[in-house]
Order: sequence, then C-alpha cells, then structure tokens
Amino acid sequence: MSLLAIEKLSLKIGSLPILRDIDLSIAPGEVLGLVGESGSGKSMTALAIMQLAPASARAKGRITFDGTDILGASEQQMCALRGDDIGMIFQEPMTALNPVKTIGEQVAEGIRWHTRASRAEAEERAKKILDRVGLPEQKFALSRYPHELSGGQRQRVAIAIACALKPKLLIADEPTTALDVVLQAQILDLLKELVSENKMSLLFISHDLAVVTDMADRITILRQGTVIATGDTAQTLSEANHPYTRQLALASTHVPARVKPHVDNTGADNLLEVSNITREYPGRRRSLFSRSEPVRAVDNVSLTMKPGASVALVGRSGCGKSTLARMILALDTPTSGAIKFRGMSITGRSEADLKPARRNMQVVFQDPYGSFDPRHTVERLVAEPLHLLERRPDRKERRNMVARALHEVGLSRSDMEKYPHEFSGGQRQRLSIARAIITRPKLIVADEPVSALDVSIRAQILDLFAELNHKLGVAYLFITHDLTVARAITDDVLIMHEGRIVERGKTAQVLDQPTSEAAQALVSAAPDLHRAIARRLQEQG
Amino acid sequence: MTAYLLKRLLIGMVTLGVASVVVFLMLEVVPGDPARLMLGMNASDAQVELLRDQMGLNQPLVVRYLTWAGGLLSLDFGKSYTYSVPVIDLIKERLVVSFPLAIIALTLSTLIAIPVGLFAAARRGKAADTAAMAVAQVGVAMPNFWFALLLVYVFAVWLRLVPAGGFPGWGNGVWPALKALILPAMALALPQAAILARVTRAALIEVLSEDYIRTARAKGMPMRAVLWRHALRNAMIPVLTIMGLQFAFLLAGTIIIENVFYLPGLGRLVFQAITQRDLIVVESVVMLLVAAVVVVNLLVDLSYAVVDPRLRTRQ
Repeated sequence: MSLLAIEKLSLKIGSLPILRDIDLSIAPGEVLGLVGESGSGKSMTALAIMQLAPASARAKGRITFDGTDILGASEQQMCALRGDDIGMIFQEPMTALNPVKTIGEQVAEGIRWHTRASRAEAEERAKKILDRVGLPEQKFALSRYPHELSGGQRQRVAIAIACALKPKLLIADEPTTALDVVLQAQILDLLKELVSENKMSLLFISHDLAVVTDMADRITILRQGTVIATGDTAQTLSEANHPYTRQLALASTHVPARVKPHVDNTGADNLLEVSNITREYPGRRRSLFSRSEPVRAVDNVSLTMKPGASVALVGRSGCGKSTLARMILALDTPTSGAIKFRGMSITGRSEADLKPARRNMQVVFQDPYGSFDPRHTVERLVAEPLHLLERRPDRKERRNMVARALHEVGLSRSDMEKYPHEFSGGQRQRLSIARAIITRPKLIVADEPVSALDVSIRAQILDLFAELNHKLGVAYLFITHDLTVARAITDDVLIMHEGRIVERGKTAQVLDQPTSEAAQALVSAAPDLHRAIARRLQEQG
Repeated sequence: MTAYLLKRLLIGMVTLGVASVVVFLMLEVVPGDPARLMLGMNASDAQVELLRDQMGLNQPLVVRYLTWAGGLLSLDFGKSYTYSVPVIDLIKERLVVSFPLAIIALTLSTLIAIPVGLFAAARRGKAADTAAMAVAQVGVAMPNFWFALLLVYVFAVWLRLVPAGGFPGWGNGVWPALKALILPAMALALPQAAILARVTRAALIEVLSEDYIRTARAKGMPMRAVLWRHALRNAMIPVLTIMGLQFAFLLAGTIIIENVFYLPGLGRLVFQAITQRDLIVVESVVMLLVAAVVVVNLLVDLSYAVVDPRLRTRQ
C-alpha cells in the first residue's frame, strides 16, 4: 500500500497545460526522487499534493494520501494535513522564513496549531527539534531572528518547521540548490537521518541527478509535464532506456572538448597581477562610539594570470571570492595591496583613467535575467560596453558589432530587436556573454555563470566558453563553488577559504589530490553522478 | 539603534528650525500692520509708531526672528494682537479640543482602514474586494466637509443622537464632550481611512506573494491566520509611512472641520487669526502644527524598528 499515490494527474493554469497524466507513488518510509529541468512541473506536482498551487490552477485526476482524496478534500481537511502529516521544505532559505518573527515562534507555531499545546510546551518541543537539526539552544536561542542566521542555518530552521510534528511525508523541493556544496552535503545528511529516524517518506525534488541518486531509492523523471521514466534509481540511470534519461545523464557530466591551451604561457607578460590585497569591512557598531573588529573579507591574496589562461576561483559561499572579483574588476577598492592589469595599476584610479582597463575586462553574472534592463532591446543591451571604446562607433558600425557578437554566441542578427523576456534562460546567458565579448576584452570574470542553468543548457554554455577561449584568446576567471564546472573548463584552480587562498595548482591535480583541509572538504562534498550510481549498485549487490 | 534614534531626532530638529524661518518670513511679506490693527482705524500715526516700538516691530528682521524663535523655545509665544492675552493661554484652551479630536480621528481611521484592507486583500479580485475598493475610491474623492454635512444630517438632524455642533467643554462630563467630538472625528477619519485601506490592501497583496507566506501555509495555518499573524506585520511599514504623511493632512483638515462643527479648537483659532491678521497667533499655531507633524513622523520612524527586527541591528 502506498502512502501517496498520484494517478493521471493533469493540471492547467488558465489554458496552459503544466502537468499531463502524471503517475507517481511513494511507499511508507521510501525516498522518491523527482527529477527534471526547470519548467518540467516538479514544483507544481509538489504544490498540487499540498493543494497550495496558485488559485488559477485547475487539477484533474487523483491524488490519494494515506486514504484521503486530496483533490476532493476541503480546505479545512487540508489545513489539518499540512504541517502535521505532510511537511514541506522549499528551495530558497533566505526568503522562506518570516523576517519579523523569531525562529522559536516560527517553529512553535505549527506545533501549537496542530496539537493545541500550550506556549511553554510548544517552545519546549521547538527547542528539541531545533537542537536535532543542529541549532542547539545555547548558540541559537529561540529569540533569534532569521536575518541573524546564515543561509544554511535558515534551511535548518525550515527543516525543523517541516519535521516538528514528524509528518508521514516530507516534501523537499530543491532544498540544497541555493547552498554551497559543503552545506549541501550537511543538509542532505541531516535529511537522510531525519527520514530514517522518524520513518518518514520523502519526496525529494531536484534538478541534480547526482544529488538525487545519492538520496533516492526510486526515481521519477519529468519532462514538460509528463513522466518520462520511473523506477529504481541506479537501474533507471545506468540503463537509461529513454533517450532523454541518457541525455540528462550525459549533460550532467559533460566536459567540453577543449583545444589545448593555445597560448604558451611561460614567456608572456602577466595579464593580471594581484599582489597582497586585503579588503576590510568596518565591524558592527556596538554602541555610538565603538565598533567591533573590522571583518577581513579578503586577506592578503596574491595571484597572477597569463593571457588566455582559464582559472577557477573555488570556495564556499562567504569565503570572499566575489569581493576579490569585484576588486579585480575595479568595482571595489582594496584596503591595502595592488592590482595590475596589463601592466597598469588599477587601484585608486579615476573612472576616466580606468576606461582602457574596463574595455579589456568584462563580467558575466550568475543570474542572466537580473543583469538586463527588461525595457531595453537586445541591441542596446549588448552594445552597452561600447561607450568604453576610444572612438564611439556610429549607428551602422554599432549594429554590425552587435550582430557579430550575437553570431559568436550562437544567436542571430534578427534577435537584435527583441527584449530579454523573449529568450530562455540559456539564451539570456548567451546574451550576457555577447555583451561581455563585444569590446574584445582580454579577461572575462564569470561569477557562477552556469549555476542557474539546467544541466543540458549548462553543457552548451560551457562549450561556448571553451570555444570563445580558443577563438578569441580571452582569459577567464571562473568563480564557482561547483567543482564539475571548474574541472570542465579551467586549467588552474585557486581554492579560497575565509578570505585567503589556501591552495593553488593545476585543476585536475588539485581536485584529484587536494592537500588543504578546505579543498578536501569541497572535493568530498561535491556530488558525483558516476560515484553515486556505483555506490547504489554496490549496495544492492 | 541609539545612532539611528539620534539621527532621526537631529533631522526632526533641523526640520523645525527650517520651518520656523519659512513661517516667519512668509508672514513678514503678508500686508497689514499689526500695531494699526490693534489700535483700530482712528489711531494716530504717532500712537501706532509708539506701539510698534513697544512691540519691537521696528527692530531689524534678524533680531525679531531670534527674539521670536527664542520665545518659542521657552514656550513664550508672545501676546495675541486681537485678544491681548498670551498666545500660550489661547493655545492651551484650544488644545483640549483639537488634541483629542486628532487622536480620535487617527484611531478611527486606523480601526477602519486595517480591517477593510485585510478583508479586501483576502478576497483579492472577488466581488467583495472590488466593492470595498470602490467605496474606498469614493472616500478618497469626497472632500471631508461634505462628509461632515452628511454626518450632521444623518446623526444629528435625523437620528438626533449627537449635537450638530458646538462643544460643551470637558467640565460638564466626559461623555457629552466625546459626543460632540465623534462626528467631526469621523468626518476627518473617513477620507484618511479610505486612502489607508487602499495602501493596506496593496501592501498585504505584495506580502502575500512572499515565500514565507507559503511556508506558513505549508504549516497548516488557514489563510485568515496567515493574514493576521504573518502578512499584516510585514505589510505595516508602508502603512505606517502613509499614516505619518497623512497626519499633516489630518491637521489641515481640522481647520475646515472645526469651522463646520463650531468647535473651539486650534483650527478655528488659526482661521480666525488669519482673517483678523493676528499674525503672532498664526505663527505660533502653525509652528505647533509643524512640531506635531515632526513628532508623529519621529514616532513612525521608531515604530519601523518595533515592527521590523532587521532595522534594530542595521547601522
């Protein structure tokens, strides 16, 4: 008897079909992985189980949970199920908690609501569950507010809320996607423990095959609102009967074909020289006249890059890698130390003096949509950096330059008149790459450029980066917490930890035999599809 | 937090200083000689000149400003030109009417606006929401004196529940005095409530799309509880801001409303003082109203920190 059975579930929002004839079941105590790319309907399936889909959604079919017909249940019945028998964790820990309520209140609230326990009793239970998820009361008092906690800690609070009443079914919707790999491994371990302790069933939703393989007994793969494959995790993935399953598996381990580093680095002058830079932020104000010690976001970092080199800067979130990148881009000034780009010092210069440097270094951000003004045409957006050129190109030249940049990233000239919302996520990242290469820069700083993209799109964008590296001779500084990306696209790697660079060397070598503790933690926490499948198969004999 | 407080306080004081200069200069350019007004049409030029000297009107502008501003600080507002009594006494006498009136109006408008905002936001897009917002739209568009006349017609003339105007004073018991204030307070509160209800609804609707609302729903809390416990407090920041800004309009409204209801309040005092060129009274009352607005907005700034814990620790 399954705890949750979904039969022929279809869901439409307005006239737009989101889900089509979904079949899915979870046995008591079982972990089911629900996998698919963005827009495949994973989250909508979860929300349909909770009856929390948008008001305009219309569902057909049958969802049975523990004998209850969910689609036929009243709102009152659903309120009794939600939080008590079905708990749910969401993707974004930074916004999942109410900013004006203490973590104690937020955990105790559900307990009081469902059990009618007194305030004191509920707080006692909240204390216990927070302690269980790794937030002991001595360090994390119930009176703390969400903004006083880090992303990983907030996700622990969200897990405490969802698991406080030991639900029969826990739904986790991309619970670790917003976290760095080390935190991800910790949260996944915690979820596994809680599930087995409380004999819960888990519906684990993720776009990451390696993570799902690690977590789930069985797997269901969704594509465009329909189930493509379902079955035992290791078997489904290793046999990969459906072409889409095969494509997903290949894409998530994709390594772009790279032409040998084409620049002989030994002789050339350094493209970038960073010597002993430090960036301090003033400490928190303790009273009107005193502050605590300043925070060192970047601590005495030195590095050099040769023209055409591809370097990864890897570290956990909050390690200072983005601050370092901002200083290299002359968007922030180091407290001490010097940065030289193409032989010219860029620290403490005026904007006018920086112009030549700026046109030779460009940036690609993580979120391709957030970095575009939605009201500008592609022509205007991609042409943005052209004001850095010595001579302003006239209108016709400008159009030609934009067309060439678009062509180079695999888009067409006719895309010039369109607006950003008319493109998919992968195409938008191509647009931001086109914008970055239009001035023919010597260095591109890419801050997590593929982590917001689906695996198959990610593979294409990595290919594009590799191709441009070869064709244009542009050097890359890739900022990432994802070791597969570093391995796929870079020659050298710098491991950053608490503001310092703790290890550096050839990418393959460092990732295969990390020596520093920080690098070892990153490597061992990184999900790996092949290893995960092998382990599953081994366990099953 | 202390730094935040001090900064707000400083800004408030600077505002008061600037306002005092503006008020003083504005009334300097208004025609009419206070000395001649006080002595009447038949006074000789010599008499007027003598009084001007006594009143310090012949001193340079800067000296007169400093004397006046210094007086304000020690609550010595000078003497009324028409009543020949200290302005502070006039103000005290009128404040016992206007202060309760403003507080009752503010409370009423909040008590009406927030439930209506919650009601409409919970039924977003449904008929009840549309109806509530249509009524609010009428409330925004209608001037408060028209409301005042309607209220008088219904509650005083027709139902005979309350007096149509006048004020019996607090000496004759609290209840008759409150009865005299309730209609003017409603006339002031209704247009305010209409605006505030729309702001509350909009702020709530924005908050309802936040992730933490979904988290609260996933705990099993019904929509009503989520609205009250999670959405309302987060929506309070814009509501408080508008409340603070609206307070100035509420005070301006009292000038008209007190005249409609024959209430011996500050609004009526300032209105009469303007028609009689009693400039010193006008200056003093206007400064008092400015101070009231500054204090209310200071309270609003403080209440942000009460509502949102993130502001308590921010630098």
